Amino acid sequence: MTDSPAISVLDREGLDALVKTLTTEGRTVVGPTVRDGAVVLSELASADQLPFGWGTRVEAGHYRLIPREDGAAFAHTSGPQSWKTFLHPQREKLWSADRGADGQLSLTAEQPEQPSYAFLGVRPCDLRAIAIQDRVLTGGHYQDSGYRERRSGAFLIAAECTEPGATCFCVSMGGGPAADNGFDLALTEVVDEAGHRFLVRVGSEAGAEVLSHVPRCQADVETQTAARRAVDAARDRMGRAMPPVSLRTLMGQSLEADRWDDVADRCLTCGNCTMVCPTCFCTTTEEVTDLTGDHAERWQRWDSCFDLDFSYLHGGPVRSSPRSRYRQWLTHKLSTWYDQFDSSGCVGCGRCVTWCPVGIDITEEASALHDELEARLRLQEQAEQQERTEKVQ
Amino acid sequence: MTAPMLAVFKLASCDGCQLTLLDCEDELLALAGQVEIAHFLEASSNTRPGPYDLTLVEGSITTSADAEHIRKIRAQSRFLVTIGACATAGGIQALRNFADVEEFRRTVYARPDYIDTLATSTPVSAHVDVDFELRGCPIDRGQLLEVITAFLTGRKPDVPNHSVCFECKRRGTVCVTVAHGTPCLGPVTHAGCGAICPAYGRGCYGCFGPSGSVNLPALIPLLHRDGMDDRDTERFLHTFNAATFAEIEEKM
Repeated sequence: MTDSPAISVLDREGLDALVKTLTTEGRTVVGPTVRDGAVVLSELASADQLPFGWGTRVEAGHYRLIPREDGAAFAHTSGPQSWKTFLHPQREKLWSADRGADGQLSLTAEQPEQPSYAFLGVRPCDLRAIAIQDRVLTGGHYQDSGYRERRSGAFLIAAECTEPGATCFCVSMGGGPAADNGFDLALTEVVDEAGHRFLVRVGSEAGAEVLSHVPRCQADVETQTAARRAVDAARDRMGRAMPPVSLRTLMGQSLEADRWDDVADRCLTCGNCTMVCPTCFCTTTEEVTDLTGDHAERWQRWDSCFDLDFSYLHGGPVRSSPRSRYRQWLTHKLSTWYDQFDSSGCVGCGRCVTWCPVGIDITEEASALHDELEARLRLQEQAEQQERTEKVQ
Repeated sequence: MTAPMLAVFKLASCDGCQLTLLDCEDELLALAGQVEIAHFLEASSNTRPGPYDLTLVEGSITTSADAEHIRKIRAQSRFLVTIGACATAGGIQALRNFADVEEFRRTVYARPDYIDTLATSTPVSAHVDVDFELRGCPIDRGQLLEVITAFLTGRKPDVPNHSVCFECKRRGTVCVTVAHGTPCLGPVTHAGCGAICPAYGRGCYGCFGPSGSVNLPALIPLLHRDGMDDRDTERFLHTFNAATFAEIEEKM
């Protein structure tokens, strides 16, 4: 078991051995598990905690667990969390300051030892989301050092998507159910007459090293074919799609659209979409002092463009209307994100659609904006045509 | 420099919010080291006269005596903070605002003539200027300490205006509406409690009152979908912050 073929097969025991190997190496293994009626991400002590036999039925504003007879572990769609819960935690201390007896201030930068994570079951859409957050939080001049450390130490085990949900639309965002890169190991789950097994591909040296400690078989043609078929089939089973146009241009041309009023009537401005989004990264800072006033701390916590306080400047919020806040979210996500980070901010995971209590659907909003723009351009064209005709006459 | 004088007063209320101050067990000695607790009848009958630097007021105005009392309190308070749903929104007792108080008086009391009460329960801010309003039934002890600490430091308290949903998502609670079909007021309710109820699988019942950005017409169809009829929905919205939610309903 010292060789590490590029493609091999694990059974359930092999998956458990993989978790044990990572744990023994001192890693905190995080993966999907069932809690409170959903598949959530949580620290795993063993592969037994994976959601074997659980699938999900999702719709806009609706999520239910459903039992699966095939016992599959990775046949569920995105839950309410993403890996940012661990890489970009909701609250993090940045520094503290103390005033000594002599009145002098001393500052202490917070540099805790970061956990060494192993993420088990990262969907291809979430691999792309992690790559986006990498660019946002570590790409520029001002880097988030906590994120950088957690991220650089993280071991990623992808799980290719074989069961997209009704709110999934990764293909129309340029992605897909296959994991191409950005992982240490990639699993594809296969359940058929030949048994329950996981095709494993190696994506890095660290992946090969870890796998060398795990009992496995060389990949047979049947398993490879079944895995490929399942992933290919998933590509055609996306529940939703974005309109096939440049969303970047569409948003730029839709700033005054009537549709924003329509969506604002339905929007609760509760912030759920941004909290569940795997790429939304916005934070605010919290200044904490103790009762003596001699100890102060600065914390960073998740914030959202749906929060009135988020755009609060002296005298009031800049984006006071729900219309302006929803528009800010969507145009940033689909358009101005390109200007800032050279890509779209959306990977098509469908979380914002599923976990919006009132089921506002980003693909439906984009389609409606597209229709409105088309109609406006048609009218403009007709008016110009008429003007030309009148001039000729 | 002498320590700032802290006073705690109560009007029509259950005492639960001022109890939160006593409940700050770990911080109570530190607090006593920073302020002089000059008037706090729940803790001590030993009181000192005003003026006070920081006054915490619990309870709503339900009698003409309350209305007179709050003006006197205001006059001797440099910084006045209302604590809890009663003082900031009129409390559960504001249900009287939608009913006939005369009828209550006749029905409930053996000697109605002993009862001197107003027809409405109103928040402190309806009577005097308030410097800060802390929400909740009861208030959250962490937020109370934040308000006191911010006052002592001379900074603005960090008390977010957003919805309870923010707190559910931050603590990793699965949405009870989306995943369970449970009616929940979280999307329209002011954060501050740490989203306690959804963490135990039940819907938020709005004890912190409306958030800074409320869209009730968008939420009510969800409550109906999840099994509440008009009467249930009305009762859901008419509890500790009945008056403030009713104000929003009127504008619908």
